[in-house]
Amino acid sequence: MIIGETPLPSGALGVDAVAMTMRFGDFTALDNVQLKVRPGSFHALLGENGAGKSTLVKCIMGYYHPTEGDVLVGGREQTIANPKDAHALGLGMVYQHFTLVPAMTVAENLVLARDDVPAVVNWSKEKKELEAFLARMPFKVPLNAKVSDISAGERQKCEILKQLYLKRRFLILDEPTSVLTPGEADEVLGMLRDMVVHGDLTILMITHKFREVMAFADEVTILRRGKLAGNGKVSDLTPDSMARMMIGAEELTVQPARVGQVGAARLELDRLNALDDAGGVAVHNVSLAVRGGEIVGIAGVSGNGQRQLVEVLAGQREAESGEIRVIGDVYHASREEMRRHKMSLLPEEPLKNACVGGMSVADNIAFREFDRAPFASGGWWLNRAAFREDAERKIGLYKIKTRTPDTPISALSGGNVQRAVLARELGGEVEVLIAANPCFGLDFAAVAQIHAEIMAARNRGAAVLLVSEDLDELLELSDRLVVMFHGEFVYEARASEADLTEVGRHMAGH
Amino acid sequence: MTTDVADPAEAAGIAPAADSGFLQRYGVTIEYILIPGAALLGALGVFGIFVALFGKSPLDLYFYMYQGAFGTWFSWQNTLTRAAPLILTALCTALPAQLGMVIIGGEGALLIGALAATSAALAMPWAPPLVVQIAMVCAGMIGGGLWIMLAGGLRQYRGVNETISSLLLVYIALAILNHLVEGMMRDPASLNKPSTREIGAANMIGSIPGTDVHWGLVFGVMAAVASYILIYHTVFGFAARVAGGNIRAAKIVGLGVSKLILTICFLAGACAGLAGMVEVAAVQGRTNANLAAGYGFTGILVAFLARQNPLAVIPVAILLGGISASGGLLQRRLGLPDASVLVLQGIIFVFVLASDALYGRIGFLKGKS
Repeated sequence: MIIGETPLPSGALGVDAVAMTMRFGDFTALDNVQLKVRPGSFHALLGENGAGKSTLVKCIMGYYHPTEGDVLVGGREQTIANPKDAHALGLGMVYQHFTLVPAMTVAENLVLARDDVPAVVNWSKEKKELEAFLARMPFKVPLNAKVSDISAGERQKCEILKQLYLKRRFLILDEPTSVLTPGEADEVLGMLRDMVVHGDLTILMITHKFREVMAFADEVTILRRGKLAGNGKVSDLTPDSMARMMIGAEELTVQPARVGQVGAARLELDRLNALDDAGGVAVHNVSLAVRGGEIVGIAGVSGNGQRQLVEVLAGQREAESGEIRVIGDVYHASREEMRRHKMSLLPEEPLKNACVGGMSVADNIAFREFDRAPFASGGWWLNRAAFREDAERKIGLYKIKTRTPDTPISALSGGNVQRAVLARELGGEVEVLIAANPCFGLDFAAVAQIHAEIMAARNRGAAVLLVSEDLDELLELSDRLVVMFHGEFVYEARASEADLTEVGRHMAGH
Repeated sequence: MTTDVADPAEAAGIAPAADSGFLQRYGVTIEYILIPGAALLGALGVFGIFVALFGKSPLDLYFYMYQGAFGTWFSWQNTLTRAAPLILTALCTALPAQLGMVIIGGEGALLIGALAATSAALAMPWAPPLVVQIAMVCAGMIGGGLWIMLAGGLRQYRGVNETISSLLLVYIALAILNHLVEGMMRDPASLNKPSTREIGAANMIGSIPGTDVHWGLVFGVMAAVASYILIYHTVFGFAARVAGGNIRAAKIVGLGVSKLILTICFLAGACAGLAGMVEVAAVQGRTNANLAAGYGFTGILVAFLARQNPLAVIPVAILLGGISASGGLLQRRLGLPDASVLVLQGIIFVFVLASDALYGRIGFLKGKS
């Protein structure tokens, strides 16, 4: 590092984080972590959930103040007290979720993001400047289109353009491709890579996709449990060696082999229609049969009706028309039906969809059985001892990390919340399983355990409907793959024979 | 390339292992007492300033408030008598709160309950007092229960906000009451104050032996304890807490949310309706506009101060009963207007609502997660 080097007025900016330590109370989120991002490089930051990636970039951006450690921008030590300071230095960040105003046009969004928006905006002048700016940029977006009318890929481009428009020269991208199809992801990252190669920009990308690291990044830093687990040039590493650094010595649950016979249809959807919250058609005339002993995967870019479909199956949304049959009977998501047909649901974001945050782990585990013996004496009086006993057994069996069974479930990490839901939903017999993004945001150990449990349920003869935005997960687990686009099933293939480009094409609606 | 692998043993446990004792375990409970307590003291402080602006000494104020509320056996009885309906109307807010609903229409259920109880008593002049009293209790509870169930049903089947609808139902209840006592049910003998006929001295429920406190207090305490048991120890209460904590989670495990909402609303309204019955059968002896004395609204304040906990409702109702009981003494000794205790109630409500923002933010009570 060169002390005293002045940040260049333009061009790529380097950032170093030196000996960063961040403590929250007793908990050390970052422990003496070092990160060196060279100017004009594409740097990947890898790590499991909770490894400290977000904490590290938030320290750089001034959202957190590190307990110890310094941030060097362009080789010069800088005190970044808040995000405004970071912006003034030319640091910018693109979040996982969109921050654009959907009801405004792209041009309006770009201008409003500036710190110095005049009281009266001279739009004709601004538009001219924006067009000139866009001409210099590698990607194009329709300036006059409303954000709500453009695709997820275009929105992500807008987010990045916004940062460039604000003259940021060091860009942090937080899982930028999680909402994109594989084709869109390659396009956006490829263009950013070109800008980096031209020396206009430095990029630090948080990701968990090895494919993107191998294809686009120059260097990589790997964190594990708040510590530096490794770093180096991507060309010196393999996905395997990076995965080992991310996971450490932890042993992962082995996924059982795919065995067993496909049986009769257990879950049938017949011309199902459902609306979204705004009253638009979200699920349109969807028909599907899932048989016992098979996993049917539903692929699609998020926002194509998958969530509403799962909500209908989970009883969280009324179907507009159409019929759901479970083992031949019409199904309305009542408790009695779920129980009779041994249905289990693993929804996405379990804390939001399947748990009561303020209630204890033991209570949450008992949600399906609390009104029956031994949990309910005489059908009405709660037997606390039974709750505790059952919870203790399942906490051990499913390796749920919690201080006590009485701890509120909201105090647990995401992986452990999902394990508790897993214990509740898969702890008994299962004949129909509906899972939606069950591994979203979880660490390797939890993902391996959940995949193993889903496969085991399939092998025991359950009909499994797996809705996921993670194509790799679907290809790994599914027997059959269905692509959902704009609320309809547009493509179906055996997972073992599915062609990735074909699947991607249908996901994008071509 | 450098690879310094972190210690795997240390990597195994992320959660801080040790239970750091007392604060960890009881932090939340302490918070639930400390914050409303502080809000109450803050409100008393501001009320003191308000009184000082009238040229009265705040210290005198606090002394007379204590005297008027808890200073003598007489003031204790006055306090408890006022607390009885407050416990019941507070339950009308606290029970639906378990389901995440904000019902503020206890006053309406109280009026309808009173009207129903009076009607029951007047309809059976031939019956022995015990039968009449039981019929009054049932009629009051069913009347009040259906009234709040209406707000619950409007919310569940028509998407009408239950806070607004229950509040507006208060005015409808008042209009119905006025319509009946000035029309069909009017006792021709009640000239200045239109009222129904009296239910008869024999049918009054009387006082707890040895006191001037009527049986309504016992009803209230019983209802509060039963509500607590219902919510925390029964299958029904568990289902209600699941639905109240996260409606999506309740649906995903197939709980019948509509049934829960309607039942809880019925029980809530039944409590307030019972308060109306008690006011008729122990205090007024008849129904007239006097019943709209604001117990239903003060009950909201009680429920919020008690953090919607049915057991905590009892002491809080006594406290607020005490504040309203002290109004008379403040008027006599300090020459303050009778309504000044209402000013205090208003200040308390503002403080309690504002103090909600403090939960989970008091440094030394923070449990580590």
